[in-house]
Amino acid sequence: MKNIWIITKRDLGSFFNSPVFYSLTTVFLILNGFIFVNILNFFSLQSFQVQQRPGAGIGLNLNEMVIEPSFQNMAVILLLIIPLITMRSFAEEKKSKTFALLLSSPIHLKEIILGKFLACMIVIGLMILLSVYSTGYLILVGQPEIGPILTGYLGMFLMAGCYVSMGLFASSLTDNQIIAAAISFGLALFMWIIGWGAHAAGPELGQLLEYLALVTHLEHFLKGLINSSDLVYYFSFILFGLFLTHRILESSRWR
Amino acid sequence: MIEVEQLSKSYGPREAIRNLSFQIKKGEVVGFLGPNGAGKSTTMNILSCIMPASSGTARICGFDVFEQSLEIRKLIGYLPEAPPLYLDMIVHDYLTFAARLRNVSSKKAPPATEKVIEQCSLKDVRNRIIGKLSKGFQQRVGIAQALVHDPDILILDEPTIGLDPIQIIEIRKLIQELASSHTIILSSHILPEITQICKRVIIINDGQIAAVDSLESLTTRLHKGERLLLKMRRSDNETIEILRTLRKVNTVTEQKASEFIIDCEPHAEIQDEIAKLVLDNNWGIVELKPASMTLEDIFLKLTLEENEVKR
Repeated sequence: MKNIWIITKRDLGSFFNSPVFYSLTTVFLILNGFIFVNILNFFSLQSFQVQQRPGAGIGLNLNEMVIEPSFQNMAVILLLIIPLITMRSFAEEKKSKTFALLLSSPIHLKEIILGKFLACMIVIGLMILLSVYSTGYLILVGQPEIGPILTGYLGMFLMAGCYVSMGLFASSLTDNQIIAAAISFGLALFMWIIGWGAHAAGPELGQLLEYLALVTHLEHFLKGLINSSDLVYYFSFILFGLFLTHRILESSRWR
Repeated sequence: MIEVEQLSKSYGPREAIRNLSFQIKKGEVVGFLGPNGAGKSTTMNILSCIMPASSGTARICGFDVFEQSLEIRKLIGYLPEAPPLYLDMIVHDYLTFAARLRNVSSKKAPPATEKVIEQCSLKDVRNRIIGKLSKGFQQRVGIAQALVHDPDILILDEPTIGLDPIQIIEIRKLIQELASSHTIILSSHILPEITQICKRVIIINDGQIAAVDSLESLTTRLHKGERLLLKMRRSDNETIEILRTLRKVNTVTEQKASEFIIDCEPHAEIQDEIAKLVLDNNWGIVELKPASMTLEDIFLKLTLEENEVKR
């Protein structure tokens, strides 16, 4: 545990001492804020129209019409941002030959991987935390249900974990950060849309594809549901990505 | 302390090292000498558990580098060929990080860092960003990270590469200080460097050990003959023949026009005679000096000798 934290602390230092964290966070917050404001505008326009025609107000729900789409959009922005956070994890270490320092130190490879995973998760956690103002504002001015908001953030965080584990895997494959980012973006997008093949694939395979898609499980969290099957999916997804990373790094020693 | 047996490593079809076997005792300072690409770095990478060998075994303090690498990694300090520096970190923070990585407790890490900053004369740059330092300072930070946890064994891959002469002398002095309390393996392709620091030399060429010897016996082995360089203003076809007739001369080769390499028996001291000969023939002497053996000559000589023995 101690060794994991040593790695995490160094990686966090390199995030915060360079413009990487600040520029990515700025981009994330601007996009996120812009989308939130627009969704909110649309909602208030509709509410205003409803006020003109009494009786038509059924179905206007702050959770469903503002918070849920905001979360969905945030998931897409994270899809774009996270590969840029994870790409350097191993690629940069390999390029600048600093990986030799870690490998020749009395520390397990899995501790290195977990340390880097944790660092990325903390960075993303911070980003998400900075965007909490939007839901906070809604709670201040309206009466949204708190439950789905909390499970929504949980789902968002777990989904980010999946992105990160794919990103670390991509970063372990190469010493080129651009390639790492491209692979992890491709992987993440593919795992997002894999469910699209469900309709054409027949009932059984279709169900499997549906289950494999990242976004299927996020929906449940956004509705306020914490299913154990969704938790199992996310945790096994993350562990599988980290496991592959471990295999790749271990085998690269032999080459 | 370090036992290497039949160690081989191949990268795909290319064999980097073949059947290396050697032993290093506790407290020894051993130099790996060899041209670039001879397999020095590969051997050091295997010893510091960065990569496994294709076949053969290496043991450090009784631990196998493959089976019990974690134990070994506690004992060694390693400076790879390219110093593993995080260029965006501050020297002091980087060294503390290196100490913590090597199991130095959080309480002991700051004094350990201070000590190594002192040792490697990094005081003036302790709060500077590593990427902004000169190559010499970066190299010293690299050495400092290998030392920070006070390991029993130091593995230094070309520690003085890229340094200016003054820095080289400083690093040499540092390694000599460390030699009293550490087992040190260092590699170089510069002969004088090894001769100044190491007591024993392992010469690697083309992935194989060309010679393992103490420095004294190696130098005497190499000084089987003396070599002189003679440069003149004029020479003719007979010059080389006339030079060959001198006593104690083994071979004479013409390097360039009017420039000869004369190999003679040890302690021949025939400079006077050569000079006289040149003056008598009115060739016009320009230069007469002992020619130092380059690393290539040594390899040639050693490998030739071995082949002769085999025949």
